[in-house]
Amino acid sequence: MVRTSLAVLVIDENRIRAAIIEAGLREAGHERVTVIHDVAGIARRIAEIEPDVIVIDLENPNRDMLENMFQLSRAVKRPIAMFVDRSDQASIEAAVDAGVSAYVVDGLRQERVKPILDMAVSRFNAFSRMARELEEARSELESRKVIDRAKGILMKSRGLSEEAAYTLLRKTAMNQNRKISDIAQSLVTAAGLLGPAEDE
Amino acid sequence: MSMGHQITAGFMPLFDSAVLVAAGEMGFAAREGVELTLHRETSWANIRDRIAIGHFHLAHMLGPMPLACNLGLTPLASETIVPFSLGLGGNCITVSNAIWAGMTAHGAEPDLDPARAGAALGALIGERAAAGREPLRFAVVHPHSGHNYELRYWLAACGIDPSRQIEIVIVPPPFMADALAAGRIDGFCVGEPWNSTAVAAGTGRIVTVKARLWRNSPEKVIGVRKAWAEENPDALSALLRALHHSARWCQDPANHGELAAVMAQAGFLELPSKIQMPILTGHLKLGGGAELAVDDFFLTFDKAANFPWKSHALWFYTQMVRWGHVAHSPENLAIARDCYRPDLYRSALKPLGVALPGANSKVEGALAKATAVGATGAGLMLGPDGFFDGQIFDPDKIDAYIAGQKAG
Repeated sequence: MVRTSLAVLVIDENRIRAAIIEAGLREAGHERVTVIHDVAGIARRIAEIEPDVIVIDLENPNRDMLENMFQLSRAVKRPIAMFVDRSDQASIEAAVDAGVSAYVVDGLRQERVKPILDMAVSRFNAFSRMARELEEARSELESRKVIDRAKGILMKSRGLSEEAAYTLLRKTAMNQNRKISDIAQSLVTAAGLLGPAEDE
Repeated sequence: MSMGHQITAGFMPLFDSAVLVAAGEMGFAAREGVELTLHRETSWANIRDRIAIGHFHLAHMLGPMPLACNLGLTPLASETIVPFSLGLGGNCITVSNAIWAGMTAHGAEPDLDPARAGAALGALIGERAAAGREPLRFAVVHPHSGHNYELRYWLAACGIDPSRQIEIVIVPPPFMADALAAGRIDGFCVGEPWNSTAVAAGTGRIVTVKARLWRNSPEKVIGVRKAWAEENPDALSALLRALHHSARWCQDPANHGELAAVMAQAGFLELPSKIQMPILTGHLKLGGGAELAVDDFFLTFDKAANFPWKSHALWFYTQMVRWGHVAHSPENLAIARDCYRPDLYRSALKPLGVALPGANSKVEGALAKATAVGATGAGLMLGPDGFFDGQIFDPDKIDAYIAGQKAG
């Protein structure tokens, strides 16, 4: 359980990922969570929020600016430094691998921060996995579309049935040791170059 | 033949990563038996962290950055050494059109003269302060950077207190031109091509350049995780030889077109080749139709550009002390002295029979013109290396130099 509640600021340009982190923090009992997508005017926001912990994605190109501000800015009452648990190299490696870092206000005890970082790491990894699966699903759909178009071209130009057209694509792919979608793409490109656009 | 050396390196999208990029892309690394994998990063903090946890063996770094790591000024510090410098010069100081108009009213000319530009900026700052206006805001890429230290050096030498009379903020290089156009900053000091980008957009004017502030001065380096270097001396030597050949190739004007095309590729700078030619030729468009050819604007190889002079590291250290980044102590001085490693550079390049400086340090600012120096192998030219204010930095008299600096 959270004793006195920590103010947590999440800085992430990716709105979906930020929402996933925010939900995780709230599930863990953190009520004072703020999410910022755009760092413009961030000094004023930090002065208002007075965060104890700041979670930043490592892709954020403003990380150098933020680190400098945490050290020096009048907006920051106590210096804020990157959370590094020197007794636990594995946890910092896991964070960098996941693409996230945590910054904590001077004097905050490590054991209060560690669960927040661990949660962020696991949610960042879950988000990456989800993004990868989405990308795979999207390219799967794209391949299916191009295979359908290639089948259409073969059916029309060679007078084949749909099944025979697919078999021909599959055999060619096997013989050339390539993917069916690659063969289909080559065929669609060649047909586009050689004749008027072929559309089903 | 030995087995291939696997080396993973990080870099930031700045033109002065060219020697490292070309070592991989043009096959110099492969010829030395090095399989070089390059990763583009989005912040210097990421480079620091990935070196510290061992994702990268080495990286393109700001010259003062390894010092900052070793002096404990960064959160995730791992001991980092510098066996190779990626070049000399390459930065400019650019201001908004409005500031340039104010400076010309106080005598600034489009001639890149640091003293004239600084005097004009000082007069403008005085005028604005008298009118009760907000201080000007300048941006640099990182607090522990050549950019921050040369901007401050220029201002202080021109009678402007960089800590009180202006505000200095951090902005990532690719965002500089936009921040200037939007009026969030009034000027910046950054490496190319980000000055020429602002000039091409019509929103910035280049007022002076690193090569005029301190000619042939240090900028980016190869920072290496010390523990890895000690365990893999052969891999490091092979890479240093590859970087040497790459640096020579990059310096040759016959290769500039091809180099600009390499840097223009996706995964590197991803900007048109055309915008990368000013740093290679030294022929700069300053804005408003003014153009100027700058001698020694950026060197990747000539003038011993790759030699990691201890005097360069020590000058950075004096500026860290000057601006309150670190306390001057015998322990800290020793850390700064040990960070740059000319011994590793020499031992890697010795088999090539090329010109190598005999000393590890030199008096900076002492050469008024290009001078042949005593060196092993073929002849070696150094300098001119003057500071624009005529100061000289003798690393053997570092206490006196530090004591004589105005902290502003």
